[in-house]
Amino acid sequence: MITVLASGPVVSVQDLGRPGQRALGVGIAGAMDPHAFRLGNILAGNPETAAGIEIAASAFSARFEEDAWFALTGGDCAATLDGMPVLPWWTMRARKGQVLSMQPPRDAAFAYLVLAGGVDVEPVFGSRSTDQKGRFGGVGGRALQMGDVLQTANSELRHNASDWNDRGFGLSPRFRPMPEEETPVVRVLIAAEHDALTAASRQSFWESIWTVQKDSSRVGYRLGGPRLELKAPMELFSHGILPGVVQLPPSGQPAVQMADANTCGGYPKIGVVIAADLGRFAQLRPGRQVRFECVSQEQAVSAARDQQAYLRRVEQYVALARMMRPAG
Amino acid sequence: MPDIRQLRFSSMGESALLCDAGGSTLELQVQERIWCLAEIIGQWPNVRETVPGMNNLLIVYDSMGLSPTTLKHSVIAAWSELEVVPRQGRIIDVAVHYGGDQGADLSFVAQHSGLASDEVVALHCARDYVVYCLGSQPGFGYLAGMDERLATPRREVPRTRVEAGSVVIGGAQTGVISCTSPSGWHIIGRTEVAFFEPARSSPILLAPGDRVRFHAESITP
Repeated sequence: MITVLASGPVVSVQDLGRPGQRALGVGIAGAMDPHAFRLGNILAGNPETAAGIEIAASAFSARFEEDAWFALTGGDCAATLDGMPVLPWWTMRARKGQVLSMQPPRDAAFAYLVLAGGVDVEPVFGSRSTDQKGRFGGVGGRALQMGDVLQTANSELRHNASDWNDRGFGLSPRFRPMPEEETPVVRVLIAAEHDALTAASRQSFWESIWTVQKDSSRVGYRLGGPRLELKAPMELFSHGILPGVVQLPPSGQPAVQMADANTCGGYPKIGVVIAADLGRFAQLRPGRQVRFECVSQEQAVSAARDQQAYLRRVEQYVALARMMRPAG
Repeated sequence: MPDIRQLRFSSMGESALLCDAGGSTLELQVQERIWCLAEIIGQWPNVRETVPGMNNLLIVYDSMGLSPTTLKHSVIAAWSELEVVPRQGRIIDVAVHYGGDQGADLSFVAQHSGLASDEVVALHCARDYVVYCLGSQPGFGYLAGMDERLATPRREVPRTRVEAGSVVIGGAQTGVISCTSPSGWHIIGRTEVAFFEPARSSPILLAPGDRVRFHAESITP
């Protein structure tokens, strides 16, 4: 159990989301960087479906009301536990009464605080993720606030944690956020209206350096760069869309749909960010730059497989680390 | 009896296939086929979900178990062999306060269509709208059958906040906003009917095949 001492508008309970409900107009929600979130659950010894806390754009602090094992993944928040530094990508035990303090993540957009046992809130439509648009899920369908008390779901997992070494252990993540001066490349599959763009605009899309705009959010990321144009105006009938879809609204500036995106849309679609890269893309804070690279179906599926294989390997290593007890 | 519309396919990322039977206008007969197709495909192994749209269907599948080419061929076969089972939907009555503060864009839509505000309202209320699909937000029904004279292209810059219960027009479509949210559609009125209520035992009011019937509680030009 933890008590939230400080929070912000983009801090919320998330899990891997609620896929499969788009036909009701219910979006997936869930962690913006599912890969980092999954690693958090693995480190904390949780099942994949456990819920955690996603932190972005603001400081966050909480007091542990009982001994608990926790993990921090994603962006570096200069975290401290009672003033002692906690490294990102680390898992360790907190003692009752200790305060975990985190600054806004600085090298990436989102950080994840995962508690052993997972956050216990009532699932809605099968998931504990917060849907702020629909105002349901998580804690009252809203961001976390000072004074919120969060229980952990599986007290058995939490108690087993007391056998482990307090200082914990960490992970050297495969994908570290790139330094600000570098421009990451994100892989994209061509979508239906790609060829409806003018030749010059298609070239601009693939060759330009795009900048993540300030009004980006969990709903969508707006990109600033050259104005893109269609060969002729088009108004499409509404159709299902997914996170990762890169739309071209009338403004001429691409908008990438993210976890809280609408389930249906009618804007032209230039491309779709591949699943393996969407979390990495989501971690780009406003002001960061990005370039796109065109890939094939095979490359996209191969990247996803590769990422899954990595997660399985981490699971095995973490299981080994847990078996090692300190001497004496 | 019109020919069966051919499906046009496009991929949407590595795990989704968009099947589009749309022509220049929306057709209820096509939508009935889409509903039936969705039910059949939804049972297939490796298919994660089916999302009916306006005369189209998005299929989300497990890309590690199924290739888009195989899926496409199976869909073509299912579409041509389809036996359409008609749907019996309910009629949902919706009382609307049109115009004024509750319908800030009523005069814009009127101007765009070259009609008076009360003519826009009369046309909006004149027919029942079939719920083609749900989407965009929980419980938002995409309604077809709007008089084409009312069609108004979506706003260039969406509003950041449109209240739940707002009756809206976007392009050739009309609907009622189910969750307060940003929207690029034009607001012509407001209703108290709640199309989405997470605490309700049936959180979502509409189902594809239902018919929505608007009537004017008041009109403020």
